[in-house]
Amino acid sequence: MATAALPETETTTRKAAPGGQPKSWYQKNRLQIAPWLFLAPAMLFFTVYVIAPIFQSMWISFYAWDGLGEAEWVGLGNYSELLDDDRFYTSLWNNLLWLVLYLLAVPAGLFIALFLNQTVTGMRLYKSLFFFPFVISQVVVGLIFSWFYNPNFGIVGKVWEFFGAVPPSILGDENFVTYGIIFAGLWPQIAYCMILYLTGLNNVSPDQVEAGRLDGAKGWKMLRYVILPQLWPATFLAIVVTVIGALRSFDMIAIMTQGGPYGSSNVLSYFMFEQALSEYGFRMGYGSAIAVVLFLIMLVFISYFLWNMYQDEKDGH
Amino acid sequence: MFPKPIEKSSEAVQTTYKIFLPIALFIWLLPLLAIFMTSVRGAGDINTGNMFGWPTSFQMLENYTAVFTESEAATYFLNSIKITVPTVILSIAMACLAGYALAIYRFKASLWLFFIFIAGNFVPFQILMVPVRQLSVDTGLYNTVTGLVLFHAAFQTGFCTLFMRNFIKALPFELIESARIEGVGEFKIFWYLVLPLVRPAIAALAVLIFTFIWNDYFWATVLTNGESSKPITAAMKALNGQFVSRWHLVSAASLLAAVPPVLMFFLMQKHFIAGLTLGATKG
Repeated sequence: MATAALPETETTTRKAAPGGQPKSWYQKNRLQIAPWLFLAPAMLFFTVYVIAPIFQSMWISFYAWDGLGEAEWVGLGNYSELLDDDRFYTSLWNNLLWLVLYLLAVPAGLFIALFLNQTVTGMRLYKSLFFFPFVISQVVVGLIFSWFYNPNFGIVGKVWEFFGAVPPSILGDENFVTYGIIFAGLWPQIAYCMILYLTGLNNVSPDQVEAGRLDGAKGWKMLRYVILPQLWPATFLAIVVTVIGALRSFDMIAIMTQGGPYGSSNVLSYFMFEQALSEYGFRMGYGSAIAVVLFLIMLVFISYFLWNMYQDEKDGH
Repeated sequence: MFPKPIEKSSEAVQTTYKIFLPIALFIWLLPLLAIFMTSVRGAGDINTGNMFGWPTSFQMLENYTAVFTESEAATYFLNSIKITVPTVILSIAMACLAGYALAIYRFKASLWLFFIFIAGNFVPFQILMVPVRQLSVDTGLYNTVTGLVLFHAAFQTGFCTLFMRNFIKALPFELIESARIEGVGEFKIFWYLVLPLVRPAIAALAVLIFTFIWNDYFWATVLTNGESSKPITAAMKALNGQFVSRWHLVSAASLLAAVPPVLMFFLMQKHFIAGLTLGATKG
């Protein structure tokens, strides 16, 4: 739409209005005022519950506070304690693991989407069923997998026994636990990426594929030079949701291990919750400091995504 | 179409594909099948460790009834509905208004506000946790369904506004222009002209937000502590403790908790996917 269209419209409206009648202040300025009236409820809610709490958390992170009594100003005390806390580094490292390994969901989703992008009978149903894991809550996924991993009766234990080995306790072993949880988390995430790519493949221009074929491109080359560039919107969205999902991971850890054993599967999101709101004590200030660190990490990605969207908007999307 | 349509391949390739497809699906859904098989077993199988073999007895009805008779599951389900449905309505209503404002009017702050809504949607929950919990305690909304609804509605408004704004922006602007020339009021344009046109977007958001809120675990844990307002996902952990080692009941409860979002997805698949892909699909 043209930017110039609006003022013009306004003048026409004025001319069209029945002559002679005095116009109220609202009528004269309605194009300036109306958007704010429309925005008011959403802005109010969003400010109270999302925007303000971000700054309040930053503020609380400078205090020692148990959530009930008087808060005591400690300045950067919480942050310097954080820098000496081994649990913080374990969580940070696990967050990095999540981020890197979770991104495997993107190529895996593409792979399944390519496998399913056919038109044999019943394909619609197959696609829906493949998408299934994403619709189920992560709590349920976590329960299923913790039970799979159980060395006494889980399926993993059975497989190990079949090969005559002693089954490992995946969720009880500091070296395996995070990988075990991430593997479980990948299941729904791959399904999500798959559906994004299936939609993307649907919109790939057949002309370009045909042109590519005439040029002798096929298989991997076709995918790399013709298909993938057209799938960029899907890839971008898949990366966004996967990165955010990885850094937000909480449900699975809470259900499967509660950060254990000995905090070895902790991530910042769960570590924060544990410090601020669990039997380990109500350290709201310390918890908020962890939350601020997590927020700043996420802010890097959020800024990048927004910048990308801004470029799109500018190009008259 | 890519990859090459299978019909153009040899008979052998086609047959292999058709055989391999159900096998792949079977492996992919193995965790779900396993949990389903467990949910129909009798207690005897669980005790003797027969988890993956053929069930010695089928007790589907008994197990699924036991979930309700031996726990507060019915209350949890009701809570889930009481939390989810008002959230969906409230957040979509606010997003329709806000999305309309951001898509139709040209004003300086427009793009900024839009980006704030998007950014807010991506922040980690933990940075909101302490203040939101405190606010709920102070206003007496802690441990109430209303408290959860208000927070969820506010948070989901970010995503819904993003979606609505893009959807409305894609509508033909001339429609609104000509209505203005006719002298139709701004709210009337929104109500009679735009709202009927965004019905597909409302449907997409409704199924999506329903699923998100139904599956929420974090906020249900943070903003409730008793039984009275806990939704089913947050209660799963409690049920897990209550049904110690009675895996047949745990799995039956898990599957029951998954039914509403799964139903939503199957009934409104097209809208669901349109929502997930941010409307990138044309149906």
